[in-house]
Amino acid sequence: MWQLLYENLEQAVAVILFGIGFCILLLQRNLIRKIIGLNIMDTAVYLFLASMGFINGRKAPIVAGGVQDASAYINPIPAGLVLTGIVVSVSFTAIMLALTVRLYRRYRTLDIDQIALMAKAEDAS
Amino acid sequence: MSLVHNFPFFSILLCMVSGIFTSVLKPRTAKWLTLAVAGASLVLNAFTLGLTLGLKDAYPFMMGHFPAPWGNEIRIGQLEALMATGLSAVVFIALAAGLYHTPTFVAEKKQNLYCIMIDLALAATLVMIYTNDLFTAYVFIEIMTIASCALVVVRQNGHTLVAATRYMVMNLLASGLVLLGISMLYGITGHLLMEPLHQAVLRIHESGRYAGPLTVVIALITAGLGIKSAMFPFHAWAPDTYAYAPPMSSAILSGVVSKAYLFLLIKFFWRVVGIDIVIQQQISQFLFFAGIAGMVLASVMAISQREIRRMVALSSVAQISYVYIGIGMGTEAGLAAALFQMLAHSAAKSLLFLSTWELVSVSGDHKRFRYLHGAGYRNVPAGIVFTVSAMSMVGIPFTGGFIAKIQLAAAGMPLGGWTTALVLIALALSTLLNAVYFLHTVVSIYRRRPENIEYALPEKQPRRIAAALFLSMMLTLYLGVGSGPIMRVIEAGLKMFT
Repeated sequence: MWQLLYENLEQAVAVILFGIGFCILLLQRNLIRKIIGLNIMDTAVYLFLASMGFINGRKAPIVAGGVQDASAYINPIPAGLVLTGIVVSVSFTAIMLALTVRLYRRYRTLDIDQIALMAKAEDAS
Repeated sequence: MSLVHNFPFFSILLCMVSGIFTSVLKPRTAKWLTLAVAGASLVLNAFTLGLTLGLKDAYPFMMGHFPAPWGNEIRIGQLEALMATGLSAVVFIALAAGLYHTPTFVAEKKQNLYCIMIDLALAATLVMIYTNDLFTAYVFIEIMTIASCALVVVRQNGHTLVAATRYMVMNLLASGLVLLGISMLYGITGHLLMEPLHQAVLRIHESGRYAGPLTVVIALITAGLGIKSAMFPFHAWAPDTYAYAPPMSSAILSGVVSKAYLFLLIKFFWRVVGIDIVIQQQISQFLFFAGIAGMVLASVMAISQREIRRMVALSSVAQISYVYIGIGMGTEAGLAAALFQMLAHSAAKSLLFLSTWELVSVSGDHKRFRYLHGAGYRNVPAGIVFTVSAMSMVGIPFTGGFIAKIQLAAAGMPLGGWTTALVLIALALSTLLNAVYFLHTVVSIYRRRPENIEYALPEKQPRRIAAALFLSMMLTLYLGVGSGPIMRVIEAGLKMFT
């Protein structure tokens, strides 16, 4: 068990981080904390992908010095996936921040539950 | 390879490119362009459907410069073409009936952006239907998430902002789950294209290694797509989002967006993992019971609603549960019934959201039922359309919903034992509950209006709204009367699907 955990240390850490980020995004009421949770969650997946693609003793997949043999480089696909993922999570963070700004301007609080109550009260009046 | 073989790719490209042009056009031109794009996508996909009807097998379409195991590709079969045609038709109808009202909800400066988001949502839908690559599917899930959230948040009021934030958070959680699932699957198989992925999964399954991770992967992706498509225990975001979004957005979200996620899930089960493994891992049983619970409990919740739009939204959750029962059965007949239900629900639900808005807007913008009395007389076409689509939801003969329920019951028969009994009882109960709240609404819009409430006279509306509503009502009726050919296409499509 411990041996297995040690061999897959990066993946284990990544999944634990994912869990932490997931819980923060789901359970925190403060919108800014939610956004931080989102970023922890996504970064954990990138760690997972990057650690999977890494092969000990090989170089980054950029052809340099004329070495064309694939066995000299690490797997480039996970790196590509991570890049795509980063773009996605940046745009999500931007959207969430924009939403947060708009909610804050309107209700002067970041607590989503309070905001929901205020929106309901607004509707009733 | 003929020109028509390229049409699915053209339709995707058209939606994305027109999104770019839409941003610099005048709002009025932008709206017409969006409508034209949806129409063009409908025509292109209909041609593709015509082409695939004559083919023996689905054909792959290479994207970019690298062939199959390395490059990216889409794959076009009868089923994909049918779904793409159906969903494009729903988008087209929703636009034709709803675009006129956008100034009511969307600020003048934001109208172009709204059109872009519709284009993006349609493009993402088409890609999720056609793609043969799991990571492309993930990217477009995210594009869809952004587009659908923007479709909700475009309406500037407090309730909508809160609903959109909740929707966004749930969607982000779901995206995270899907991404982790895909990463793990890539980790244990080393592939992202569906065919090599399927072979690799089969090899792993036979060898018995990575049994745990494989279960986790299936569970993660199922949960992710389940949350996004408002599957029963994960549906909490749905009522508010559908109720407070602009009506056209609700129509597109419930009618098209959720169906795209569902189709992707079906693809994942049948084409990537293989349904036998899904059944063995007990995931399909979970979907089955979630579906049974959803179709009854969501209907009970819908009955207790006092606002018409929340009621319609919750009925969406109940109807999606039918699809999950069909998927959860794990048989070809069950899947065929689920696919037909997706089409029938898509056509009827978008209509319900649009006609509900028309009825509410002639009742002084009150959403409570007692203000709606007599709304069917104040706006006659909307009343008729609402009635027909409500009948489809309940499952009255000659409507799409009826055929879907019959197919589902027929698919439940061969399962035998208590499973059959469960399907039949749940169907009967759900039909009864649907009848309670939909027919109650239909009766209340045709009741005499209360004496003490005065309504402002509604402004005259252009005829094309009524025409569009009637056109899509014909679609619902066609699905009920002419379901034979469509079922045949679905069955033939399923043969070339796996």
